[in-house]
Amino acid sequence: MTKKVLEGSHAIAEAVKLCGPEVVAAYPITPQTHIIERISEMVADGEFRTKFSRAESEHSAMSICLGAQATGVRTFTASASQGIALMHEVLYNVSGMRLPIVMAVANRSLASPLNIWCDWSDTFAERDSGWMQFYCESAQEAFDTVIQAYKIAENPNVSLPAMVCIDGFILSHVYEPVDIAEKSLVRKFLPAYSGRKIDFGKPVTQGAWAGPDYFQDFKRDQHEAMRKAKDVIRRANSEFRRVFGRGYGSGLIETYNMESADHAIITMGSACGTIRHVIRKNKIRDMGLVKIKSFRPFPIGEIKGALNGMKSIGVLEKNISPGLGGALCHEIRGLTRKCSVSTFIGGLGGRDVRTEDILNIFDDIREEKRGLIWV
Amino acid sequence: MTGRKVAKAGVTSKPTTGLKKSGWRTFRPVITEECRGCGICVMHCPEGCMKTENKMAKVDYDYCKGCLLCANVCAFKAIKSEMEK
Amino acid sequence: MGLACGFYQGSTNCSGCPETVAIRNILEVAGKETVVVNATSCLEIVSSQYPHTSWGVNYIHGAFENSSAIASGVSLALEKMGKKGNVIAIAGDGGTLDIGLQSLSGSLERGDRICFICLDNNAYMNTGIQRSSATPFGAWTTTSPHGKFSVGKEEWKKPIMEIVASHRTPYAATASVGFIPDLKEKVRKALERKNQPSFLHVECPCPLGWKFDPSKTIEIARLAVETGMWMLYETEKGNFRITRPVEKRRPVKEYLRTQGRFAHLFKPGNERVIKRIQEQVDIEWGKLLKLSGQK
Repeated sequence: MTKKVLEGSHAIAEAVKLCGPEVVAAYPITPQTHIIERISEMVADGEFRTKFSRAESEHSAMSICLGAQATGVRTFTASASQGIALMHEVLYNVSGMRLPIVMAVANRSLASPLNIWCDWSDTFAERDSGWMQFYCESAQEAFDTVIQAYKIAENPNVSLPAMVCIDGFILSHVYEPVDIAEKSLVRKFLPAYSGRKIDFGKPVTQGAWAGPDYFQDFKRDQHEAMRKAKDVIRRANSEFRRVFGRGYGSGLIETYNMESADHAIITMGSACGTIRHVIRKNKIRDMGLVKIKSFRPFPIGEIKGALNGMKSIGVLEKNISPGLGGALCHEIRGLTRKCSVSTFIGGLGGRDVRTEDILNIFDDIREEKRGLIWV
Repeated sequence: MTGRKVAKAGVTSKPTTGLKKSGWRTFRPVITEECRGCGICVMHCPEGCMKTENKMAKVDYDYCKGCLLCANVCAFKAIKSEMEK
Repeated sequence: MGLACGFYQGSTNCSGCPETVAIRNILEVAGKETVVVNATSCLEIVSSQYPHTSWGVNYIHGAFENSSAIASGVSLALEKMGKKGNVIAIAGDGGTLDIGLQSLSGSLERGDRICFICLDNNAYMNTGIQRSSATPFGAWTTTSPHGKFSVGKEEWKKPIMEIVASHRTPYAATASVGFIPDLKEKVRKALERKNQPSFLHVECPCPLGWKFDPSKTIEIARLAVETGMWMLYETEKGNFRITRPVEKRRPVKEYLRTQGRFAHLFKPGNERVIKRIQEQVDIEWGKLLKLSGQK
């Protein structure tokens, strides 16, 4: 095991190399570009023997991955913001065809106005696409989650694609120490791809169209697979902890300081790191953090369990659903009738969520403040 | 109807030969004595339902849609059209 | 592999459909070790309604505009898997010239090892005969109908072969269901690895959309070539070669007269439209003769 100080994007590139996808197809977009630039260097130096296709758009990048995965190899791509929006229809193709593609997303806002900094609007727009979505708090977690994502996605009971999300610039461009796992251990944890492969002797049709008499059943199967994925995610997380010494709560959610807490803040991604720091530094006892790692599948049971006994909670969301408020906020609100839920929308377009903001949020949660609060 | 069992990801290999198309016809092609078995009609049939047997063309009426393209391409005018009964 | 095996009987294409004529002959040349990537199109809809399929070879359908990109992915994966096979992307004129143009251009530029076949029936037939950039000048479609202020489509056909050739594509050719042996020879050449990426543009007269009797599909395809409305040629490494020379072209009127989509051009006052079509055909032929080093 080597320890390196790496950018989040480079940590992801290292993890991808260890997972060994046979085809990588991508199109550059800030702030994920460093991922594919690092991969390009690895390919040019022979460090990473993959077929790297420089697609002419994100729509084609995801299509190339679709074709390669449907033929029978592991694939990878990375995108953000406008790129995710552009490949929107292909995301539905991929999940409908049950292809376990893994995509790294450096979360970035959607134009207009044009903005290259972090928020979750790109992946939240795809929350119904049938892709699993894992949100990471650190470069180390991003590295670990890429490896786990392949294992989870390729499980025959799941066979669904996965997005590994990191906050754009905040994680993608910031240097942190990362333990690079041993290649042999990764191979043991994640063996070679053994999913559906094309056989010239047994030809099949993939992507047939389905009329009203069949379509709904395909969607039900997808939903069932996503529900089964929760258990697969938990097991992958425990096995990862056993092999590599690192785990993330249950794999679906992580909690911090909840033992003594009366109130909780729920959020995802890098803000969790800021919140841990604020709680530790100010020796706060009554406030805990519930970090959602797996946004899809949505861990209803585990979140409910974590919020048991809370007097009031708040949800911090880097996304706005105009006309509704916070999409994540409303998903959480539906889970608890016993305590008040305060809604905090902030960090849009990369606006800083500072430690002072977190302290204000804590006060608002204690006061059970109502209405949509803009951070 | 609810709850049909479907193949994972819709991957299928069940051929459409299970679905007969004879009901589509108004006219049907009939091979006459003029036929030399050259196979031009076989090459051009949109349904792939023609073949040559014993040096004569043969129509598989289960799949023939009665377009009569075969009669049109036949170099020997060996295919005539008959109204479906 | 016989004609029926690559593509099973029982598909739901219209009677007289040229695309099923084309696909059977294409697959006869391509053989079993083939992966077909099909764009959303007439061919895809008539052949792949779950749970049935007409495809006797491996088949992937993705979306409308990305058959080329998906095929590129298939080709890369097959290489990685150490499998040798043909990768054929098939799209209609919409999925090639219009919505599919970007991904086609990307695959050609990258030099991906695929054979792209455009089955051109001159409109978005699958959705009910809407105009595409491949619809000929003066033709009726539902979104370019003739009327008091319109003679039908008012733009000339997009020159896709010129676009493909300018990508320095190793092999590109036009073909027609009216000339099957020529089509088959071109498929054979297009599938040779050294000629890839390759491109075939196949004329497919559509009885429903062009408005003619289903029995006349092949006759009209041949008439297109005899009048110069469709030219049969190939280009290899920048060199053009006419594969079916036409000594004396018949007037385009004889072609236009056979189809209901041009019927309005024969009404008094529209003679100039037919004249313009004839002039354009003369120009295109002149250009092709020059490119192929003939007079």
